[in-house]
Formats: sequence, structure tokens, C-alpha cells
Amino acid sequence: MWSWVLHRITGVAIFFFLLVHILDTALVRVSPEAYNAVIGTYQTPIMGLGEVALVGAIVFHAFNGLRIILIDFWSKGTRYQKAMFYVVIALWVITMLGFTPRHLINVFSH
Amino acid sequence: MSATLDAPRTPLRPARKKGVNWEKWGWIYMRVSGVVLVVLIFGHLFMNLIVGDGVSAIDFAFVGGKWADPFWQWWDVAMLWLALIHGGNGMRTLVNDYARGPKFRAALKLAILAAVAILILLGTLVVFTFEPCPIGQPADLLPSFCAA
Ligand code: HEM
Repeated sequence: MWSWVLHRITGVAIFFFLLVHILDTALVRVSPEAYNAVIGTYQTPIMGLGEVALVGAIVFHAFNGLRIILIDFWSKGTRYQKAMFYVVIALWVITMLGFTPRHLINVFSH
Repeated sequence: MSATLDAPRTPLRPARKKGVNWEKWGWIYMRVSGVVLVVLIFGHLFMNLIVGDGVSAIDFAFVGGKWADPFWQWWDVAMLWLALIHGGNGMRTLVNDYARGPKFRAALKLAILAAVAILILLGTLVVFTFEPCPIGQPADLLPSFCAA
């Protein structure tokens, strides 16, 4: 049940981020200055932490989405759904341990 | 007073017996696009946030350098279409689950459809009509290959 709640919340959060992300990227069609000005306001420590949260949401939704697909199509999927949820958590922790330090170094050292 | 409650999961109207089963294709689309999106999004995050200086390197010149290559243009356009339709269809599920009242539900779904259609159009145009070396712009803001 919690996997479902998290899947919904992360899905909605990513959707709204995507709307904004397409609009800010579209500024490359306006001018280099316009794009750099807006992207520059993102390149702050607060936003850097926000990006960690966003990537965390995407990585969870992605791994849990693959789990849902396995539950639907793999004949033993329902039997192992709980074990697969723990695998999702483990893969999420490993991915975030790899991503977070690397990202925060990029955010704080420039 | 005996109020009657529908049995749980009673559909609003009976399932169609004839014609295309759109709900089924939507269901399949969520799964197929999901698998492809894992590759596209993880590749996108890796190229833009992990390689080199990550976020701090992102500016006009970075985007220009990427979209000078048709490979990344098509990568990003595929991601745009798949993710917006996947996300839009997912949002439709949420409206079906939580929004009350036929007018309100129709308005929300129309808003989702409009947002998805407009952003797909805008994003596709931007990727394919993008000019990495616009004339009259300061060279230090442009990709290095513009100088050549
Ligand atoms: C990274 C790869 C992704 C995978 C593997 C994935 C997988 C899935 C799956 C399997 C579902 C369940 C559909 C169903 O139950 O019928 C789903 C739902 C959803 N996804 Fe994704 N997805 C991915 C990316 C995205 C993105 C980028 C967005 C936002 C634009 C998004 C937004 C949603 C929403 C809003 C739902 C509906 C939630 C619900 O019905 O509870 N997903 N996803």
C-alpha cells in the first residue's frame, strides 16, 4: 500500500516538474541570455538539495514502476511483490548513495 | 432511510463491449513507455548531472553542444513525448479516482490534455528549430564550435 502511495505522489510531483522543465528549456529558443539567466537562478545550494529530492522521487518511481510491471507480467510476480519492494528500496539507497555526493560536490564547489 | 451504496469499484458506466478498448491500450502504454523511460531518463540524468561538472556546467552552450547532435535531439524528443503522455495519462487516472462532479472532472481532463498537447508541440519545435549559433550573440555564451 505504501509503495502505491509513494508511486502516486512521486508520479504527480514529476509531472509538475516536467511542465516547468520544458518551459525553462524552451528559453534556449529565446536567447542565450534568457536561458542562462533562468538556469542561473537554479544553480544555488537550495535548488541543489531540491534536485536531490527530485532525483530521489524519479529513481523511486522508476524502480517501483519496473516492480509493478514485473507483478503484472511475471508469473511469480505477485508471490514476490514484497521481496521486490525491498529490492526497490535497496536499489534506491544504492543509487542515491552514488548520486548524492557527486551532485552535491558539483553544487557546492562551483 | 436506507441509502444505497454502490459496491466497491463499481464503474461509472458499464465497460464497452464493442470497438477499441482504450483503457487496455492506456494500461499497456503505461508499461511499455515506463520501460523505455527508465533508459531515456537515467541516460539524461547521467549525461547532465553526473558527467563532467554536472548541473554547474549547464548553460546555453551546454544545450547547444548537445543538440548539435541529432542523436541527443531524438533522445530528448522521444523522452518529451513518452513522458508527457505517460504523465498525462497517469494524471487522468488520479482525476478519475479523486475528482467529484462530471463538469469538474471534464475540466481537469481538458486542462491535462491541453498542457500535454501544448508542451509536446512547443518542446518538439524548440528541439528541431533550435539555433546553436544565433547571429549577433556574444561568443562567450555560445558553444565553442560556433567560433570555427
Ligand atoms: C522512469 C520511468 C518510469 C516508469 C518505469 C514508470 C512506470 C509507471 C507505471 C508502471 C505506472 C502504473 C500505471 C498503472 O497502474 O496503470 C505509472 C504511473 C504513473 N506515472 Fe510513471 N513511470 C515512469 C516515469 C514517469 C514520469 C517521467 C512521470 C511524469 C511525467 C510519471 C508519472 C506517472 C503518474 C502520474 C502515474 C499515475 C499514478 C497512479 O495511477 O497511481 N511516470 N508509472
